[in-house]
Amino acid sequence: MRVLIPGISGVLGRMVAVTLAEHGHEVVGIDKRRFPDAPDGIEVHHVDLRKRAAEEVFRKFRPEAVIHMATVSHFAARGHEERYRINLGGTRAVFDHCVAYGAKQCLFVGRHTYYGAAPDAPLYHSEAEPPMGLASFPELADLVSADLYAGSALWRFPKLDTAVLRMCYTLGPSGHGTLATFLRGPHVPVILGFDPLFQFMHELDVVGAIVAAFDARLRGVFNVAGPQPVPLTVLVRETGRKVVPLPEFVFSQSLGRFGLPKLPRGALDHIKYPIVMDSKPFREATGFEPRIDEVQAMHEYKQAYSIPG
Amino acid sequence: MWELSREVGDRLKHLELPFNRFGVDPYGVSRRHLRQAFTGLTWFYRSYFDVHVHGVEHVPSHGRTMLVGNHSGGVALDGAMVLASMFWELNPPRLAQGMAEKFMAKVPFFSSWTNRCGQFTGLPEHAEQLLRDDRLLMVFPEGARGTQKLYPERHSLVRFGTGFVRLALKTNTPIVPLAFLGGGEAIPTVYNSKRLGKIVGAPYVPITPYGVTVPLPVRLDVIYSEPIRFEGSGNEEDEVIFGHVQEVKARIAGLIEEGRRLRRQS
Repeated sequence: MRVLIPGISGVLGRMVAVTLAEHGHEVVGIDKRRFPDAPDGIEVHHVDLRKRAAEEVFRKFRPEAVIHMATVSHFAARGHEERYRINLGGTRAVFDHCVAYGAKQCLFVGRHTYYGAAPDAPLYHSEAEPPMGLASFPELADLVSADLYAGSALWRFPKLDTAVLRMCYTLGPSGHGTLATFLRGPHVPVILGFDPLFQFMHELDVVGAIVAAFDARLRGVFNVAGPQPVPLTVLVRETGRKVVPLPEFVFSQSLGRFGLPKLPRGALDHIKYPIVMDSKPFREATGFEPRIDEVQAMHEYKQAYSIPG
Repeated sequence: MWELSREVGDRLKHLELPFNRFGVDPYGVSRRHLRQAFTGLTWFYRSYFDVHVHGVEHVPSHGRTMLVGNHSGGVALDGAMVLASMFWELNPPRLAQGMAEKFMAKVPFFSSWTNRCGQFTGLPEHAEQLLRDDRLLMVFPEGARGTQKLYPERHSLVRFGTGFVRLALKTNTPIVPLAFLGGGEAIPTVYNSKRLGKIVGAPYVPITPYGVTVPLPVRLDVIYSEPIRFEGSGNEEDEVIFGHVQEVKARIAGLIEEGRRLRRQS
């Protein structure tokens, strides 16, 4: 099958591309970033997804399936408006081109942060729940909108099999993702008096889940989670780091200083309250089961990013 | 206390929860936290209060079950003693999981401790998930109205919410009515201070004749009754649901009267 992957040069994009190529699919990618050591047979077009050159890739390659992984979630790298353009403009372009050039299947790889973290949010979110966290964390609006926009393709383009995957955090030896970045240093700050559950998957399982969704030609909105969640303090200790509990006001005043990332205040809710999803429908629809448990995922991250001394 | 902690640890081994290698279950309930919490709780249950438990044989030892009781006492003394009685008197022990007031999730330390001990924010989603996982749910349908009862009202029942009956019908769960007596004597509330509550981040703080909210070492009674099983889907009209709620409420009122008789006899 001809598969196009916008966002192919990210860590997960590369792994998905290689896996699909190994399964005998013809893989082409779009990404402004380089794909170092791209295997033979995987063609990467270094163009902007929102520009005419990207449309030309769709026109020439005529993908049967598209796996959209070209959304960004980090705050520091780009301005707010640029994030909006990438996440919403890019997603719109992907669906428009899918329809215009005859793709049969489109996977949107989204995030579990759609649900938001709040004191009155339930554990084990179901796909039917609305995004409730935007009031306290409006900076996530572009990602939430992209998720809902992608979901609207289910009724706007009924002939296109669309699946929206809300993925939990990734943790593994690649060190890819928001959680892995948060855990990178020897001391990990947490908010004193709070210890939320964190749900994560090893990167190989993330790739396995995306490929399973592709193989099953999934249609609908699905939570994708791996093994059972663990409390944040357990996660920090088991990855070989030290927990540094800070009172909330000290934490919020320290953002952007003392080595802490410059994050919006709303991000603090994500280390105070859990975002845990129920992924039973996804497992039933695809037969997917994570192969690497939470202990192994933490261990592999610890090995890859060991703290000297 | 060390002996007690070891006894609690031994008992925890019989608790049928799917703990992982870190001693944490899929909801974040932690064996280590339970051990510490039950050690403290058991001292109150056995040594501080004079707790009498009746009819524990009515509580199923396995499967989804809803304990439904009256509130008695200005703080969660009732829930705590039900929790302790399910842990020590049932074989195998079961963890009763209560539905906490929403403000508690915002309180540092308290929120993470209650969560680690299986007591979650009172959301319909939580209640349904726990029942579908065949847990033992503990519900006080009087809600905050019930904990605000003053000393003269301690044996009364205020209005019951109806959500628990719909949930029991939807999930085909037996309801075990229970009565808790003595909470009003332990914390004889004469006034609920909302102003003080604001300061500590709670809806109110119960004020006793001796000022502080410290429970007195009195007799407490927990009485469990035979399960009630309603048939239906949970989508019945309000009139039908009210009827079921009244049936549960009447059963609890009867248990309270029985408890008062038992307490007078002793």
